[in-house]
Amino acid sequence: MTVLTVKGLHKSFGGVKAVQDVHFSVAAGELLALIGPNGAGKSTCFNMLNGQLRPDAGEVTLLGTPLVGLAPRQIWRLGVGRTFQITATFNSMTVRENVQMALLSYHNRLMSLWRPANRLYRDEAMALLERVGMVDQSERACGILAYGDLKRVELAIALANNPKLLLMDEPTAGMAPSERIGLMDLTARLARQDNIAVLFTEHDMDVVFAQADRIIVLDRGRLIAEGSPEEVRQNEQVQAVYLGSGAVFAEAH
Amino acid sequence: MSLSNIVIQFLNGLAGASSLFLVAAGLSIIFGVSRIVNFAHGSLYMLGIYIAYSLIEFFGRSSILGFWGGVLLAALIVGLIGVVIEMVILRRIYRAPELFQLLATFALVLVIKDVALYIWGAEDLLGPRAPGLRGAVQVFGRRLPEYDLLLIVIGPVVLGLLWLLMSRTRWGTLVRAATQDREMVGALGVNQTFLFTSVFFLGAFLAGLGGALQVPREPAQLMLDLTVISDAFVVVVVGGMGSIGGAFLAALLIAQAKAFCIGIGDVVVFGTTLSFTKFTLVVEFVIMAIVLVVRPWGLLGKPQAAQRGSTMVEPPLHPLGKTFWSVVLGLVILLAVAPLGGDDYLLVLLVDIAIFTLFAGTLHFLMGPAGMVSFGHAAYFGLGCYGAALVFLKLKLPMELAIFAGPLAAGLGALIFGWFCVRLSGVYLAMLTLAFAQIAWSVVFQWDEFTGGSNGLIGLWPSDWLKDRTVLYFVILAFCVGGMAFIWRVVHAPFGYVLRAGRDSPLRADAIGIDVRRFQWFGFAIAGALAGLSGALFAFSKGSISPETLAVSRSVDGLVMVLLGGVQTLTGPVAGAAVFTWLQDEIARNTEYWRAILGITILVIVLAFPQGIAGFVKQMMTRKGLLKEVAA
Repeated sequence: MTVLTVKGLHKSFGGVKAVQDVHFSVAAGELLALIGPNGAGKSTCFNMLNGQLRPDAGEVTLLGTPLVGLAPRQIWRLGVGRTFQITATFNSMTVRENVQMALLSYHNRLMSLWRPANRLYRDEAMALLERVGMVDQSERACGILAYGDLKRVELAIALANNPKLLLMDEPTAGMAPSERIGLMDLTARLARQDNIAVLFTEHDMDVVFAQADRIIVLDRGRLIAEGSPEEVRQNEQVQAVYLGSGAVFAEAH
Repeated sequence: MSLSNIVIQFLNGLAGASSLFLVAAGLSIIFGVSRIVNFAHGSLYMLGIYIAYSLIEFFGRSSILGFWGGVLLAALIVGLIGVVIEMVILRRIYRAPELFQLLATFALVLVIKDVALYIWGAEDLLGPRAPGLRGAVQVFGRRLPEYDLLLIVIGPVVLGLLWLLMSRTRWGTLVRAATQDREMVGALGVNQTFLFTSVFFLGAFLAGLGGALQVPREPAQLMLDLTVISDAFVVVVVGGMGSIGGAFLAALLIAQAKAFCIGIGDVVVFGTTLSFTKFTLVVEFVIMAIVLVVRPWGLLGKPQAAQRGSTMVEPPLHPLGKTFWSVVLGLVILLAVAPLGGDDYLLVLLVDIAIFTLFAGTLHFLMGPAGMVSFGHAAYFGLGCYGAALVFLKLKLPMELAIFAGPLAAGLGALIFGWFCVRLSGVYLAMLTLAFAQIAWSVVFQWDEFTGGSNGLIGLWPSDWLKDRTVLYFVILAFCVGGMAFIWRVVHAPFGYVLRAGRDSPLRADAIGIDVRRFQWFGFAIAGALAGLSGALFAFSKGSISPETLAVSRSVDGLVMVLLGGVQTLTGPVAGAAVFTWLQDEIARNTEYWRAILGITILVIVLAFPQGIAGFVKQMMTRKGLLKEVAA
């Protein structure tokens, strides 16, 4: 089942055509990696999907619902969870409270002026933290957490609204190499369990080739390749783009 | 309006713009580099005018050299005062949270005001006209003072010199670099200490010069500090923080608008007389409100670069546990038995403390959990005062009902003002709140027929059953304790959490479906309404009110209470309001210079406990193991 469909996406900044005629789709339970060298238009593309940028032209639909023109918060209400390249959490709250916030929002309980927030959806929050392996740190403040742990908290927050689609911008950026595969492994497991479509951008080719079901490659705003990891690896155009960029992916993977 | 009138008002506007530009440019440069909002900048201007007055008197009123020597020397002296302030106080708190730096500069305002009072006395001092420029030239048959012509030239000349300094010297390049990214400049090995001190010198020098040049035009007086600082804020915000050209443009725009309002005078529209002269008091704030909503970073400003790792991370909220409530209960019992002492004076003081605790509590709610600093919170206090008083006096409703008109009026005001304010953040938001407060103040101040103008309103007598001091005391106490309890509940409820979420990470809040602005807007209204309640209680506890209730100084009092108590602790406003009100009362009874003593006390506290009183106590208790630390 196709969850996200993107057609004819265009975006220019002044004279720079950042994204041109990009189209792809993600199916439920599928991990689609969006890769490309620096400046290829990955982030621009991403920000048009999550509502932070408005495309000049093109169509983005989530299970048939058009997303273009909606604010990030409206897109979230339709069932899109997000993690950020640089983690964004509420630093003055505990790990559990961070997840509780997402749950409170999901259940439309934010306007409440009286009941202590701390006691609402506590068990649900703990269950989500259990899934990402953060139960033992649930009472610590996010402001003092290690970066890798914050990434897992973000994942728990992203799962709070039972998303149909997860958008992960550079999910492993800033993490130790040993933790990266682990995090994407966890993501893949959760996505398959819940049948969630996952779209992620990533620089680490180890992560991409180990976890992605399918890969799309952007270069200078255009889609240059699409296919299974093996197909993309063999693609000459992709090899040409990546040669010399420092990211080497040889047969060894 | 005739052509000659237009020309003359235009020239008046140009002359008025010069001093405004000098002060604002100094403020802007200091903010750009040090990120300190120097509330004492108006005080430096005031010192400039006083010192220049004294020097000119000393050198002789009619000597040209004496006049200009006095003006320049005064500016230099003020520059050096700026250096001393930077080296002795501000340098120690660059790493402290932004709000603490603000508190320190508030304290300086208090100290400088009393120093000026001590040296020059409370009388207005009008300096001589500039020797050699005492005449006037004829422009279209009207007289324009020669001195104004000179002022018209000075503004652009200083702008040009500053431009040369900023673009052609190594120092200027460093200042521009630091304005863009202070940490990076430090990382590149630039001696920041010297840079900051020299920037303070330049900023203070410009403020002093702006003041000194006004000697022939306006009398030196003690109210100048706060009027000038609010004018300068407006100019800097309209022009864009850190932009010198923007400050010039904004100073021109505002001075012209003011000049034309005076020039137009009274106009009859549809049978009613509109007084544009009265509009001068608000026109700059109206311009600022419009500019901020259309161009949130000012005319020539840029969005502020995020600062790295300089903000303290607030620890998570503890659920209000048994310890908390037992301390509150103990306090309430103490307050309940207080009337048994039979000391009427004590009851008056306790009523004041209770009212200002609620006022500070609402401001803390905005500044702490909601992360919106308000420089104009007095607006809601005052709207509450006047709302209740007017309903009581004009509609003849009983006091019991009139009290509720206070929060209603203030809540409505906060809904209207807040709608604009939540579109901004940080310093810009703070400035806009100040603008709205000034608008509210000047409406109350000028609307003689309705609000009693500068005389205020009298005859706010409580109902008969409240005539007894003790009964009134208990009723007011009940309202204040109830108000504070409500705020604490809200902070711990989902609504309070949403506000904190929006403050901690607007990006994440948006990504989990939260419309941050909408919640901030309601938060603003709640804080405003409760501040209005404290205002209404104040009105009936005093029996009379004046525009003072919504003046800048009241807002500053509130800020000092909150910052003194500590922004990060819920009990902060209680401690802050109690200590502040008591100190003010205690010192004011014994000396004329209570402001200076208060200011010095605040400075000592700021330098010694950068987390506020309550924060310090909490830290000590945690260290002693009396309080459990949740965040390991």
